[in-house]
Amino acid sequence: MQSTARDFKDNAHAALVDPNLQDSLAKLKVGFSERRRQAAERLPEFEALRDRARDIKNHALANLDFYLEEFERKVTALGGHVHWAPSAEDARRIIGELCRSMGARTVAKSKSMVAEEIALNEHLEALGIAPIETDLGEYIIQLRHEPPSHIIAPAVHLTKDQVADTFLEHHRKLGFTRRLTERNDLVAEARYVLRQKFLDADVGLTGANFLVAETGSSMLVTNEGNADLSNTLPRMHIVLASIEKVIPTLEDAAVLLRVLARSATGQESSAYTTLNTGPRRPGDLDGPEHYHVVILDNGRSAVLGTEMQDMLRCIRCGACMNHCPVYGAIGGHAYGWVYPGPIGAVLTPQLIGVEEAGNLPNASTFCGRCESVCPVRIPLPSLMRHWREREFERHLTPRAVRQGLALWSFLARRPRLYRRLTGLANRMLALFGRAQGRYRTLPLAGGWTRFRDFPAPPPGGTFHAQWRGRRS
Amino acid sequence: MSEARSQILDGIRRSLKRGPLSGDALKAVEARLAEPPRGPAVARAALAQPDKVALFCQWAEANNATVVRVAPAEVAAEVSAYLARNNLPAEAVIAPSPQLAGYDWSSQKMLSLRRGRGEGSDHVSITGAFAAIAETGTVVMASGPEHPVTLNLLPDTHIVVLRESDIVGGYEEVWQRLRARYGKDRMPRTVNTITGPSRTGDIEQAMELGAHGPRRMHVLVVRE
Amino acid sequence: MTCLVDLFRPAIGFAAVKLLEEAGCTVEVPPLQVCCGQPAYNSGDRATTRAIAAQVIDAFEGYDAVVAPSGSCGGMLSHHYPGLFDDPVQKARAENLASRSYELMSFLVDVLGVTKVAAQYDGRVTYHDSCSGLRELGVKQQPRRLLASVGGLKLSEMESPEVCCGFGGTFCVKYPEISNAMVGEKSADIAATGADTLLAGDLGCLMNMAGKLQREGSAVRVRHVAEVLAGMGDQAAIGEPEGKR
Repeated sequence: MQSTARDFKDNAHAALVDPNLQDSLAKLKVGFSERRRQAAERLPEFEALRDRARDIKNHALANLDFYLEEFERKVTALGGHVHWAPSAEDARRIIGELCRSMGARTVAKSKSMVAEEIALNEHLEALGIAPIETDLGEYIIQLRHEPPSHIIAPAVHLTKDQVADTFLEHHRKLGFTRRLTERNDLVAEARYVLRQKFLDADVGLTGANFLVAETGSSMLVTNEGNADLSNTLPRMHIVLASIEKVIPTLEDAAVLLRVLARSATGQESSAYTTLNTGPRRPGDLDGPEHYHVVILDNGRSAVLGTEMQDMLRCIRCGACMNHCPVYGAIGGHAYGWVYPGPIGAVLTPQLIGVEEAGNLPNASTFCGRCESVCPVRIPLPSLMRHWREREFERHLTPRAVRQGLALWSFLARRPRLYRRLTGLANRMLALFGRAQGRYRTLPLAGGWTRFRDFPAPPPGGTFHAQWRGRRS
Repeated sequence: MSEARSQILDGIRRSLKRGPLSGDALKAVEARLAEPPRGPAVARAALAQPDKVALFCQWAEANNATVVRVAPAEVAAEVSAYLARNNLPAEAVIAPSPQLAGYDWSSQKMLSLRRGRGEGSDHVSITGAFAAIAETGTVVMASGPEHPVTLNLLPDTHIVVLRESDIVGGYEEVWQRLRARYGKDRMPRTVNTITGPSRTGDIEQAMELGAHGPRRMHVLVVRE
Repeated sequence: MTCLVDLFRPAIGFAAVKLLEEAGCTVEVPPLQVCCGQPAYNSGDRATTRAIAAQVIDAFEGYDAVVAPSGSCGGMLSHHYPGLFDDPVQKARAENLASRSYELMSFLVDVLGVTKVAAQYDGRVTYHDSCSGLRELGVKQQPRRLLASVGGLKLSEMESPEVCCGFGGTFCVKYPEISNAMVGEKSADIAATGADTLLAGDLGCLMNMAGKLQREGSAVRVRHVAEVLAGMGDQAAIGEPEGKR
């Protein structure tokens, strides 16, 4: 996917004036976060589980090479294959070759953010293979040629009416000529259309929520059951997963599952949690004949051992974006690449470069709500701050910001001079703001006064000046 | 390909500033794999067996499944009655398992059963369950010749015949049972843990049932 | 004393001093303190932050407790300073300062055990939980507990008092449109409570919300919680001219 992260401010502007998007975001802000709160309250052990979830992921990352090799050993022992893809291009090539080896014409795809990251659909299309997105949200945005705007609810930016229009436009040729108005009818129509595509697909491609080293299993969590059809019906099942998805054991999976669904949608459990281990066995009446796991690095191994390592704990629940006031204001597309919201603000600069994505870690108030709900306790504001530090070190911070900062820090390190200047500023602001008590415009403060009045200080001098006066 | 493999693994080791695990560090992770430590105990999952059954029923219903408790002799009749209550045709595809074969299907003269895997045209499936989890009202299906995965997914209505004694507290007990049955290093090809019917929240975050998998799940909890 | 309070609203400083003295503290305001360094810290300039932090550590050497009428400045000292230093001596000094640093409400209630104040404020107020105070320092019940003892005061909670107001330091001028959308939602939430007064514990947030409310023509008055608790709620509110109440 072509990044537009550089145009973040323009994207945000467009988002803020899009009434459909704002309608959808208004629902998001109350829906997911309230349900998560209730789910967390229903489970007294929730905070202890978050601590353990963090520890499990830290342990897995500290021993990542061992667990990946163990995973590979188990997969291979049961007749599956593991492919190693250092780069996005490697992963695309491997998957393309696997599809060709099956003579595949269509691939049933279950929602995978890693597949978005490597722009797999474009690659398959170029090979003459049709990728069919089967997650309802992904299917909707595939029809609309849009990228996902949320990692677990890819079409969360759309209203029901927009979905109805999209279906009418694309399903007309299949004989569906009535514009639907009810959500359940839209779901039923998509189910009908996609069912045949599942039955026809040559290859099923899924992501993985976890790779379990102990058993060589890929674990998938969905509500729709689309991933399960994708990994059951076609003759080949390809799992695409990044290196940090590996966890040691099934017991560890139990801990992570207990925090995943509750953090994501506020459900006690998603409808389907599936472990797949190798291809179909002798005597099985269904299941894929071929099972391949493609393990992608794409720059992640370089994050290990750095101050940024914590980002690799992410289990992609989406809670950070559900609770982020910036995401809530502008939605996911404004972030300009695959991963939006707070986790996108730390992941995107790593994956496509901070030169391109520098706006993302800057567009945060550090309110900390993301960190407070993260099931694996990723210190997202700290990681965003680290990106700002790297920007600053590399002189990528905008010139106006640098100059302002330099002037301010010059003064802040000279208390007496600072005190004289603030005293002067205080008197000026108090004097000219006296009548109204505030300013509607103020030189050099356009960013503020465009939308807000600026409060004037009351007369009498700064606190320090008054304090000196009182105590002397 | 092996070059790509070592590129990734060496990259990880370089970042972690060490070589492949060896000595005590290796022993520690091997021991952790051999004896997996459990996470914080969830009180809800640690109940006496009768309470587990009740909790399972409660959470399965909360997740939009329907649940009925029956004696073994009532299983076949309840299936017929359920189909009739819901205006469904008296025909179903049933998993070819000895457990299911043991029920008195011949008593249901109108009920037509096909043994085998699920097809796109099936309306109703009947399967057993490897286990069920009280903590979340989840049924657990282990694939194999006696339990094709397609039966869990393709039909509109999934009827699950679950023995009371197969209801356990939490996931961890399911893993124990899987290891005991299949061996520690040999999971069945597919383990589906299923909590209620298929659903989606993808349109305006409102949950709708019946996205791709079954629209209805009916669980018969069989007393023993 | 926070930079914003010093420059824009000295009354908050005097209210804080009053509350602390009433609770039995001896209060001093070291003249050589400047900023805590947040603007540099949040802009990625660690070197400057470190230099400023060293200066702050010097300025507050020897005091039993360092109390700020702000969650973000209090949090900066108590949570972020130690991580700035690699040098063990400086790090130890930063940790020492961190262990003595508090936000005002939490110091009054959690450390000094204050349970009530002798103040009167006739009005219906709503309280915004500023992010750093809430999530870094756990300031939530303390101000509410003290407000409950203020005569004539009724508290009407917002639907989402814990959601950020969109200030975020330099964020509000770097991304003014997004900040505006956030503070716009906040002002709607405030309006829905029917409160006539908005209180919070951080002047940055208060200036942002006051500026938005006033731009929208709202009559809601905006004050720092310490002003009301100290019985100084009769002064002109933030952004209002003197002589108006």
